Amino acid sequence: MTIRNRLSGNEAIAYAMKQINPDVMGAFPITPSTEIPQYFSTYVANGEVDTEFVAVESEHSAMTTCMAAQAAGGRAVTATSSAGMALMWEMLYVAASSRLPVTMALVNRALTGPININCDHSDSMGARDSGWIQLYSETNQEAYDNFIQAMPIGESDEVRLPVMVCQDGFITSHAVENIELLDDGDVKRFVGEYAPENYLLKKENPLAIGPYDISNYYMEHKKQQAEAMKNAKAVILSVAKQFEELSGRSYGLFEAYEMEDAEVALVLIGSSAGTAKETVRRMRGEGKKVGLVKIRVFRPFPMEELAETLSKVSAVAVMDKAESFSACGGPLFAEVRSALYDLERRPKAINYVYGLGGRDICVEDFAMIYGQLFEIAKTGETGPVYRHIGQRELGGDR
Amino acid sequence: MKDVVEIRWHGRGGQGAKTACLLLAEVAFNSGMYVQGFPEYGPERMGAPITAYNRISRERCSVHSNIYSPNFVVVVDETLLKAVDVTNGLKEDGAIIINSEKTPEELRPLLRGYQGKVYTIDARKISEEAMGRYFPNTPMLAAAVKVSNVVDSDHFIRDMEASFRHKFASKPHVIDGNMRAIRQSLEEVCAG
Repeated sequence: MTIRNRLSGNEAIAYAMKQINPDVMGAFPITPSTEIPQYFSTYVANGEVDTEFVAVESEHSAMTTCMAAQAAGGRAVTATSSAGMALMWEMLYVAASSRLPVTMALVNRALTGPININCDHSDSMGARDSGWIQLYSETNQEAYDNFIQAMPIGESDEVRLPVMVCQDGFITSHAVENIELLDDGDVKRFVGEYAPENYLLKKENPLAIGPYDISNYYMEHKKQQAEAMKNAKAVILSVAKQFEELSGRSYGLFEAYEMEDAEVALVLIGSSAGTAKETVRRMRGEGKKVGLVKIRVFRPFPMEELAETLSKVSAVAVMDKAESFSACGGPLFAEVRSALYDLERRPKAINYVYGLGGRDICVEDFAMIYGQLFEIAKTGETGPVYRHIGQRELGGDR
Repeated sequence: MKDVVEIRWHGRGGQGAKTACLLLAEVAFNSGMYVQGFPEYGPERMGAPITAYNRISRERCSVHSNIYSPNFVVVVDETLLKAVDVTNGLKEDGAIIINSEKTPEELRPLLRGYQGKVYTIDARKISEEAMGRYFPNTPMLAAAVKVSNVVDSDHFIRDMEASFRHKFASKPHVIDGNMRAIRQSLEEVCAG
């Protein structure tokens, strides 16, 4: 049974948390965190959940609280954004390498300087090497659905890794849109109980978590962690299949939109994919064979699957909502171009950095990029590879 | 996506333009539509110009950009007419609705050549008479509903009454004041 409602992305995540009723929420209750702990704390205060809400003095402690709860055999969630996650940085790595499947709702906002509070992916992209599974959402609906799928993924025996569920700051987090909610009982059954094999205070087999790991063992542990991330791909797909049976909504590692016969394509992440879909619909109406790939799972990265999907296009533009200062392109571009390397016949690839610090991108901007891709396909000339869209200073778009 | 109605709200921080935008999304949702209601966030201060947006449609609209060519613009604070280019991109077959005691003819010279329809509504008078205080967002919401016609007016009145009865169950005078403001605004919005 689904329930028609309208919620902001933040409300949708808080609602999913309420339906899940986790054991612990460790969260910093004010800025730079999100409205999510605020909404969730209302459910706690009203007795609608029996979660222990630990209002900490910093985000570093928020993650530590979640790790401790998870290590003790509980299920812990947190929510944060931007500079808040930056203050968790050290603990992100510890959570992942201690194999503690904490679930985090991340509202993507710029990691600042000059000060900016708006959307981009610099926070989570910076954390891409921390060992967390990363699921990204286009809409409030996807944020809700991804959050419900996060625990069965992260807590799976073959995975045991923390999961961050990302959505675009303000663009979806503060926008009210229609949403289909699942029944409380269905969510509880889908998520199930967290029953780890071992935990800190298990009487028969008490466990130490996070002790010093000497060089003779450390690398084996890291390899195990890498294997867990590889295993996550199949688990994500299997959880998605079960979720589809429950909700009717289908998820994969990415969404291939109008890709069957596409000649040129975009690859992008998050809310702007919805805007680009409108461009695709309009250009398809004019007979132009354009498509797009929206990445849902960035960690683990769907390298082989993506290469296969892009193998038939002539030119692709990879869109990065984060500037990683590599001097040769953004983080998504690096992954996608690497994925294309093993293809016999590779499409030409360009990179567009866009949307930093809340800079808007419109249907017409994507039409312009598709136009450039057709030109590249026709002439075979890629031109500059590493581009920044809509620069207002002279020569800034080169 | 021709049938998406796009509305842009201009107000000043603290006047409730964002709340009115979210309420419009709510009433449109309640009449079975797909809605988007979202503010544009900048440096937030009381009195600073703020913008909020609605998209209302029969099918889900996937576009997540701001709105640059709205069908309707609602100006909650008249002083913004000089500070902000409120008619920028506004469709000529659309309309602008301004909170002012002046007539549409008096305000048109401030609209930088906009040729479309201009409506005014004296939200201060309505609000102060009906509620005893200046809350422009309720009358502006009603005017926006009336002019944009995204929701049937009778349906809107019933829906708002139910919503206020739920929200202000312990303060019946607040419900009556708000409902008076809504009815008066639906009647008094003035076309130029």
